[in-house]
Amino acid sequence: MSHVITGNCVNCGTCTEVCPVDSIHPSPDEADFNRADMLYIDPRACLDCGACAPACPVDAIMRENRLPLKLQRYREINARFSRERCA
Amino acid sequence: MKPAVMAIRPLRIAIVGAGPSGFFAAAELLKRHASVSVDMLDRLPVMGGLARFGVSPDHAARRRIIRRYRYLCAASGRFNFIGNVEAGHDISHAQLLENYHAVVYACGCASDQKLGIAGEDLPGSHSATDFVGWYNGHPDFCSRRFDFSTDRAVVIGNGNVALDVARILLMGEARLRHTDIARHALAALATSRIREVVLLGRRGPAEASFTTPELLELAELDDMDIALDGCRVDEDIPASDGSAAGFARRLKLQIFREYVDRPAGGRPKRLVFKFLSSPQAILGNDRVEGLRLVRNMLESGADGMAKAVPTGEVSTLEAGLVLRAVGYRGRPIPGLPFDKQRGTLPNVDGRVVIDAESRIPVPWTYVVGWQKRGPSGVIGTNKYCAQRTVANLLDDLAAADLARLPAMKRLRGMR
Repeated sequence: MSHVITGNCVNCGTCTEVCPVDSIHPSPDEADFNRADMLYIDPRACLDCGACAPACPVDAIMRENRLPLKLQRYREINARFSRERCA
Repeated sequence: MKPAVMAIRPLRIAIVGAGPSGFFAAAELLKRHASVSVDMLDRLPVMGGLARFGVSPDHAARRRIIRRYRYLCAASGRFNFIGNVEAGHDISHAQLLENYHAVVYACGCASDQKLGIAGEDLPGSHSATDFVGWYNGHPDFCSRRFDFSTDRAVVIGNGNVALDVARILLMGEARLRHTDIARHALAALATSRIREVVLLGRRGPAEASFTTPELLELAELDDMDIALDGCRVDEDIPASDGSAAGFARRLKLQIFREYVDRPAGGRPKRLVFKFLSSPQAILGNDRVEGLRLVRNMLESGADGMAKAVPTGEVSTLEAGLVLRAVGYRGRPIPGLPFDKQRGTLPNVDGRVVIDAESRIPVPWTYVVGWQKRGPSGVIGTNKYCAQRTVANLLDDLAAADLARLPAMKRLRGMR
């Protein structure tokens, strides 16, 4: 189980400051941060600790099993971004 | 922390503009320095700036960013909001400098870019800035009138604002009623006869600058067909390069392909992405009747970016409403320099200068957000931009002989 960032994300990066395992990318110190549409959580790194969700000022982060139907797709989007980034 | 700064209590900073970048700057100042107090001024009586009056009324969550920062700043006990005060009009820059150790401008880009083509000022042709302000209840735009008695509206531009505007035009009253849209706009849009919105992009789908979440959420409007015109998306999607921008581009093409592959027809409304076209003129005698378009092709520019080059193939498109969403532009503030070309307050990494060539600093004057960089990036981009300006401001204060600051004479008298 992991947490998932959804389309409300405004790229403020607050979640990257509280994530204990650095599972959220691109982080503000990465080169492509300013060109990202949103931030993504790597489900393989995420501990599901839940620190990011209340830190998000726009409530864009949800636990995977709590995603409403219309946001289901972001599970795959988060995972795919993380997979391709490491490939 | 350097002792020179600590010695002065409190350090008074004015922030002009209560939008996201003003709040990012305020939060950073209050966090980094225990003796800073911030007065935030805004032309409007309410806080929020573009997060309140620009963010679409159906994106309620995104507007919450201001609520979080408002609480954060208020909790410091060193934060004041002063509404209904316009810097440069109600209070001059010189007056601000007399009363504050430093002034941070965060006024964004309040005007829109013009197309510079014939017919742009015909009735029925508007800037998206005005339309967005109108449906969001911005006091400057509440009395505007828009005519929705036409079948087809054309939105010029391929950014998030263009997509917001197209979505609002097509959402329908039943959905809009559950959003934060202004009452007058809901009433007017309820009478809308618009069935088709054409989004004009001068380049192709891979170059469109709206973000993937904006494109994805169109799927929720299930009474609307989505069509592509002027280009195809069936060629191979480029391979992954691991970058965030490359990922977004590929995902966008995939989403477009899914929309095009949906069985068409039967849905009463239609959104058409018309790529590779630029408007040459807005046509009509006493009001907008259509547009003359030229087809473009893409060429690789000197900077590696795809450039739109007109082919000479011209067509006309009938439309009764034209909204241009081709970018924002900053406005000059009386008493301060202005970069006419970029529409910004000239600055070197957030320190305001007289002009970009001479780099002569305007003392104790700083800038953040769109007024610093021009209109680019999403809300969060402004956070790191504001942090850099604030770091420079605090460095300057730490290095300065504070007793000689313009504000000190006046402030000493106030004690």
